[in-house]
Amino acid sequence: MIGRGEVPARKLGRVHARTVTLAHGGGGKAMKDLIDDVFVRVFDEGDIAPLEDQARIPLAELAAGGDRLAFTTDGFVVDPLFFPGGDIGKLAVCGTVNDLAVGGAVPRYLACAFILEEGVLVEVVQRVARSMASAARAAAVRIVTGDTKVVQRGACDKLFITTTGVGIIPRGVDLSVTYARPGDVVMVNGLLGDHGAAILAARGDLALDTPIESDCAALHGIIAALLVAAPRTRCLRDATRGGVATVLNEIAEASAVSIEIDDARTPLRTEVRGFCEILGLDPLYLANEGKFVAVVPEAEAEAALSALRAHPLGRDSVAIGVIRGDEPGRVTMHTVMGGVRIVDMLVGEQLPRIC
Amino acid sequence: MKYVDEFRDREKAETLTRAIAHVVARIERARTRPLQIMEVCGGHTHSIFRYGIEGLLPPEIELVHGPGCPVCVLPMGRVDDAVAIAERPEVIFTTFGDAMRVPGSKKSLLGAKADGADVRMVYSPMDAMGLARKHPDREVVFFGIGFETTMPSTALTILAAEAEKVGNFSVFCNHITIVPTIKAILDSPDLHIDGFLGPGHVSMVIGTAPFVFVASHYRRPLVVAGFEPLDILHAIWMVLLQIETGRAEIENQYARVVPEAGNTPALQAVSSVYELREFFEWRGLGSIDHSGVRIRERYARFDAERKFATPNARIADPKACQCGEVLKGVIKPHQCKVFGTACTPETPLGALMVSSEGACAAYFQYGGGSVRRPPVTSAESLRKRAVLR
Repeated sequence: MIGRGEVPARKLGRVHARTVTLAHGGGGKAMKDLIDDVFVRVFDEGDIAPLEDQARIPLAELAAGGDRLAFTTDGFVVDPLFFPGGDIGKLAVCGTVNDLAVGGAVPRYLACAFILEEGVLVEVVQRVARSMASAARAAAVRIVTGDTKVVQRGACDKLFITTTGVGIIPRGVDLSVTYARPGDVVMVNGLLGDHGAAILAARGDLALDTPIESDCAALHGIIAALLVAAPRTRCLRDATRGGVATVLNEIAEASAVSIEIDDARTPLRTEVRGFCEILGLDPLYLANEGKFVAVVPEAEAEAALSALRAHPLGRDSVAIGVIRGDEPGRVTMHTVMGGVRIVDMLVGEQLPRIC
Repeated sequence: MKYVDEFRDREKAETLTRAIAHVVARIERARTRPLQIMEVCGGHTHSIFRYGIEGLLPPEIELVHGPGCPVCVLPMGRVDDAVAIAERPEVIFTTFGDAMRVPGSKKSLLGAKADGADVRMVYSPMDAMGLARKHPDREVVFFGIGFETTMPSTALTILAAEAEKVGNFSVFCNHITIVPTIKAILDSPDLHIDGFLGPGHVSMVIGTAPFVFVASHYRRPLVVAGFEPLDILHAIWMVLLQIETGRAEIENQYARVVPEAGNTPALQAVSSVYELREFFEWRGLGSIDHSGVRIRERYARFDAERKFATPNARIADPKACQCGEVLKGVIKPHQCKVFGTACTPETPLGALMVSSEGACAAYFQYGGGSVRRPPVTSAESLRKRAVLR
């Protein structure tokens, strides 16, 4: 329980304006009304009265869950705010939950900071806040503190969110990007590139009508199931910006191993493959928001894959490669044609080729 | 995926690589020096690296990655002109994505955008014209680059702009033509190219006849090739068969897309809108006669070069660059003095490091050369392990 819970319920303010103005960031009544109406109303789950400048969390309660605190922060600036399969609010919750979860932590609390552009519709902010609240409920984390600023038109793009999360790492769970060893198996929990393709398509300037939805999801549930089935799992990392290729390079470098993946095993939705073919993009570099790379010792690989496939977020899980000892830091791919190529870190942004 | 997977079939690839090895074994010349086959088009270069095709070929074959990446060969002076146009306050400068990173002498278009210019990525010149209609108070300029592949779409857009009286749309024309450049390469004294893979997309527009001089005058085989890995292997095999039997002919491997006569309406649009320039500057290769086109007088009001004053300066390639030697197959990308040190995809000095289709960028990213022979053992072991099935 947080706070005393004895505080009498106070009357929450209401916003009557249609759009956010600088007054809503000015610290006066307009700001209080906005925060009350848009955020407190949806985030408050009854036992927290947001009258203090900070959330207060009893240490004993945290310590009961494990022996280390996991602590992370992430900014969200996605354009468009709403896209097939999610929106910036769901992303802001799931993204930070996942950053905790891939460290083996059980996510517990989130803080969120909103930067609003003058002129954004209050209704839009409300939709985003409601989506955050429902994503947080689904992930069993609580949004316990926050901040709102309003900046002049043009100083940000509609709405930015930063979420900070804390979670508890249970005793005995020890995952690190430095732990991959030769012989280990590399796996992913499903089809790759959906989020990146969905966002590019949703921007609308491609004139491609694709049914691709973002894979945005909170991963701590499936990760918990994986760690039960394969307790010696070496490392996990969510394959967000830069995609699976970037994560593999990070693991290869940190563990001083090489990684060999098989193109034929790379799981892709037909629509994403087609999308990448047309635009000249490499799906390995497309962002995911509900996919992680797991490195598991060979002895536990089978159990790990079965556990992943038994979970709704891992039905298409597949082993995509192995860890090798030669050439530390290098990631190679066996192509469908039987050739080999290097999978390097991406330089800059992926830009579509012209012909 | 239909019409894609059929051209990436591993078993067929193995059949083709075996056939290639058999022909190579019968070619006398291959015993004294590698057979050099140049793929002219950047799209081929991209596929070759993406599928690790060099690693499938016998060591007697050396692929030379030619000048067919229009982004790579764009000279610095032209990028400077593009930046100067883009930085005008009234201009919305539109471009294909991969031209944004090409370095000018001071900055790229990406740099200009960061400094406040209104530079937007589009996927077609028609999108640029759409922007012009949407913003009648602005001047929308399209960065026309590319070979005969993209030339018709820019020409048709200019014709549409004229028909629809869109006055605030213009094209900064940097279109180039591949044929004089192949000729320039064939004329260079240090050349050892034994055969060519002809550019599939360009040929779809111009047909196969413009390449006849390669066979008739220079006695080199040229096979117009598609872009899937099996297309490329098939075309290499066809080139080798010609070398083996002493033939020099123009053949069309990509007949499912390339008509021998080309695309007449596209060619009509091209010749009505453009005329040849006396010469055009190529990054890495220098000035080549009749290798670029400009917009005809009749369509002058859609010509950004006439509409806006540009610095129009010629800027020499950095001295350390050996792009020209790489383009002609005299050296491999990693043998260049500045490869991977002063010149990387992040801070490209030379043309070929700029686009993912450039030979050096492809070498850098996909590790050509250093992984030429695949470590078969681990691939096999991967497949054998029950857990990975």
